[in-house]
Amino acid sequence: MFEYIPNTPEDQREMLAQIGLSSIEELFSDIPRRVLDKFEKIGIAPMSEQEAKHLLHNIARENLNPEEFVNFLGGGLYDHYSPSVVGHLIQRSEFFTTYTPYQAELSQGTLTWMFEFQTMICELTGMDVANSSLYDGGSALAEAMLMAKNVTDKKKFLVARNLNPNYRQVLDTYAWGAGLEIQEIPFGEDGRIDKQFIRQNLADLAGVIVQNPNFFGVIEDLRELKSIIGNAMLIVSANPISLGVLAPPGTYGADIYVGEGQALGVPISFGGPLLGLFATRMSYVRKMPGRLAGRTIDINNKTGYVMALQTREQHIRRDKATSNICTNQALCALMSTIYMALLGRHGLRQLAELNLQKAHYLATKLARAKGFTLKFRSPFFNEFVIETSKKASSLLKKAQKEGFLAGIDLEPFGLLDGHHLLIAVTEKRTKAELDRLVKVLTQA
Amino acid sequence: MPTIFEIGKPGRHGLRLPDLDFEEKPIEELLPSELIRKEDPKLPEVSQIEVVRHYTKLSKMNYGVDDGIYPLGSCTMKYNPRINEETSRFAPFAAAHPFQGEAPSQGCLRLMHELSQILCKIAGLDAITLQPVAGAHGELTGMLLIKKYFEKRGELHKRKKILLPDSAHGTNPASAAALGFEIVELKSNEHGMVDVASLKPHMDETVAGMMLTNPNTLGLFEEDILRITEMVHEAGGFVYYDGANMNAIVGQARPGDMGVDIMHYNLHKTFTTPHGGGGPGAGPIAVVKSLAPYLPIPMIGLRKKEGEYYFDYERPDSIGKVHSFYGNFGMLVRAYTYIRIMGDEGLRAVSANAVLNANYMFHRLKSVYKAPFDRICKHEFVITSKGMNEHLRTLDIAKRLIDFGVHPSSIYFPLIVPEVMMIEPTETVSKKEMDYFVDSLLQIAREMDENPQILKSAPHITPVKRLDDVRAAREPILRG
Repeated sequence: MFEYIPNTPEDQREMLAQIGLSSIEELFSDIPRRVLDKFEKIGIAPMSEQEAKHLLHNIARENLNPEEFVNFLGGGLYDHYSPSVVGHLIQRSEFFTTYTPYQAELSQGTLTWMFEFQTMICELTGMDVANSSLYDGGSALAEAMLMAKNVTDKKKFLVARNLNPNYRQVLDTYAWGAGLEIQEIPFGEDGRIDKQFIRQNLADLAGVIVQNPNFFGVIEDLRELKSIIGNAMLIVSANPISLGVLAPPGTYGADIYVGEGQALGVPISFGGPLLGLFATRMSYVRKMPGRLAGRTIDINNKTGYVMALQTREQHIRRDKATSNICTNQALCALMSTIYMALLGRHGLRQLAELNLQKAHYLATKLARAKGFTLKFRSPFFNEFVIETSKKASSLLKKAQKEGFLAGIDLEPFGLLDGHHLLIAVTEKRTKAELDRLVKVLTQA
Repeated sequence: MPTIFEIGKPGRHGLRLPDLDFEEKPIEELLPSELIRKEDPKLPEVSQIEVVRHYTKLSKMNYGVDDGIYPLGSCTMKYNPRINEETSRFAPFAAAHPFQGEAPSQGCLRLMHELSQILCKIAGLDAITLQPVAGAHGELTGMLLIKKYFEKRGELHKRKKILLPDSAHGTNPASAAALGFEIVELKSNEHGMVDVASLKPHMDETVAGMMLTNPNTLGLFEEDILRITEMVHEAGGFVYYDGANMNAIVGQARPGDMGVDIMHYNLHKTFTTPHGGGGPGAGPIAVVKSLAPYLPIPMIGLRKKEGEYYFDYERPDSIGKVHSFYGNFGMLVRAYTYIRIMGDEGLRAVSANAVLNANYMFHRLKSVYKAPFDRICKHEFVITSKGMNEHLRTLDIAKRLIDFGVHPSSIYFPLIVPEVMMIEPTETVSKKEMDYFVDSLLQIAREMDENPQILKSAPHITPVKRLDDVRAAREPILRG
């Protein structure tokens, strides 16, 4: 007997007898003998919950203990504070043990929060319509690229070199798979994209893919970009927290907004599950990938919610679908919905300003120290690149001994050499921690 | 039910942020004014208790696995053990940053490495990537591998066709089509199986591969599976196995032994990670040796001598990345926890009981509802209401089932059976719950004759009644 399986041997006998069989084996007699005979076990014995918990605890302890480290890592995922309410509410099992709301009348909870989530993302980004989530920031960007190809019927994309290199790798994979062409937009000494390059490469353009703030944390000035590229799609990837202080992509002509929503209350969890954000203009809604909740009425004229525009989706359209996506990241989207509801109308700005102030405090202080220079003289949000006279890797090692995950060594990404650190500062960091990091890095 | 936007009052908020602990600089000094946001986003203005009550109310308008039987065919809505929720939230896992480096991440890497080996063994295949985060994502990754393989061999220009049965999940054709493959849909034979004879004419050098679900979406084991995989291999193609229905055979048989070359798992189906209202899931794919060089980067390696796990990026033929980081790690922790608790013996009991339960329900129902394919099923089965009452549809039956306090089955899928119900009880329901579900369906069958109106007007007990989908499509309202 197993704790998750209610059937007793007596239940089994009774059911088999009713079916007219005498053994469980007979239920598998339709599998060819040759296949059954080849079967091999994994070689692991069952264990009790108590033992499993102990085992998993020991495996977890082979990681560093996050409580003993101050975290300055970013690069797409950030150490923000997630309010207790978020973790508690998503553990209501009516949320997390349910599935895609195929039966709307039994899923008004899910459909309603999906509608709220879509509304919040629209508010945040200045776009007309948001879906109820995709997998993560990287694959959501790839989906945006596929959508732009379908809208424009063109194959060439200009992609910012200062885009998150992991996202770029995902784009490269999807572009190769779908037969699309990517040209790289270089960045200048200010760390910003070279708009002149875009002007010179407008022919046959499906879309331009940029990140703002970009991978270096630098804020791009994208105000004139849409007018430069005309009918090509402007696809902007942006950290949603930054939109608390920065002009939303909808106000400067973005056709598709994409983002990594982890910052909105979702644990980092070694990079997954994450939350792909995706929003666009209403005119493109029927080309949009992903699930959508829509408001409608029931037979008594009472307001309710359903999955809308399903005719775009794979379970109806099969090989003609706008995307192959079925499962999304619903529970993470719920986390961010609750998170945004808690922060409220002015909270997001306050939060963004805390990030901004703290990052600038640290950057200013570090840049005054010998051996450290701010790499780019451009505005930034909560993340910046610092050029170091010593090797970034050795600085990180020393800082780790002092209890700091001090940043990301940019060398492996191939964009800058091994004397550059990417440092992210969230609202969680205190002045004391910032001061101590400066001390540790300058004395390393 | 009002949305969160309709609750609250200007000035309220649900979370106090810390005060800045040093002197604030004017924002205009830090940011150029032309790039600053002019107006705050119109997010709700609610106190914390209002947030908690609102989402608690919403949760009560849902039906989850914890509420009772949830027999959505092909979705494997089984119990989500709570221990998984605890282990995946252990702080060193939940707070681990993907850029923190290998040495501080040995626990994560070890878990991924061990899970990889376990899932390879369950599949009977040679190598695996844990990166895809959903079944459909696994399918896309699998199709990318096939494409890469033929590109390397200079055969991509002719290997254009992906074959699949008309009973396939919609994600299958959508995934292959996204990469420019030509879809060839094969008509199932009168037994609900792939028709080997109709497969033959397609078997030539234009075949890139075939996608199969086995047991298929009718709940039937493809009896000619060995012949089918052999034929595809003879034509030089690959067999892709959609593992959505793995709950039927886990611990009994392995796709690799059937001649399968690539398979995806749905960890949220077979291995109890929660469905979450539609995700996050996880869709690792296991492959044969010949496709291993093309798997996404990074792979998880082990330096045996030092006992150190590492990210292996030195894979020149890799298709690249399909996810920003390493996949849905939190789901991997849950699946690993579950598999360790069940062990070999437990996993075998999973499929044994899942299949027994399905056959039991099928046996009880087929005397009243029609069984288009009356034979031993695996973990799910299909019945149809066609011909029972021409004024009623399966949709009406599903809505009426809600009145009995249970979740309806999948309906109108697979597409090849009209007015179909696809029922998958899983191994985590009791006989009593199954009997109640069956009895409810039998009563509804009587109502179809005696009181058809009660089906038409169902459901009666839900917060909203039947909703107007057509209106939602014609005049979409997608935000508040």
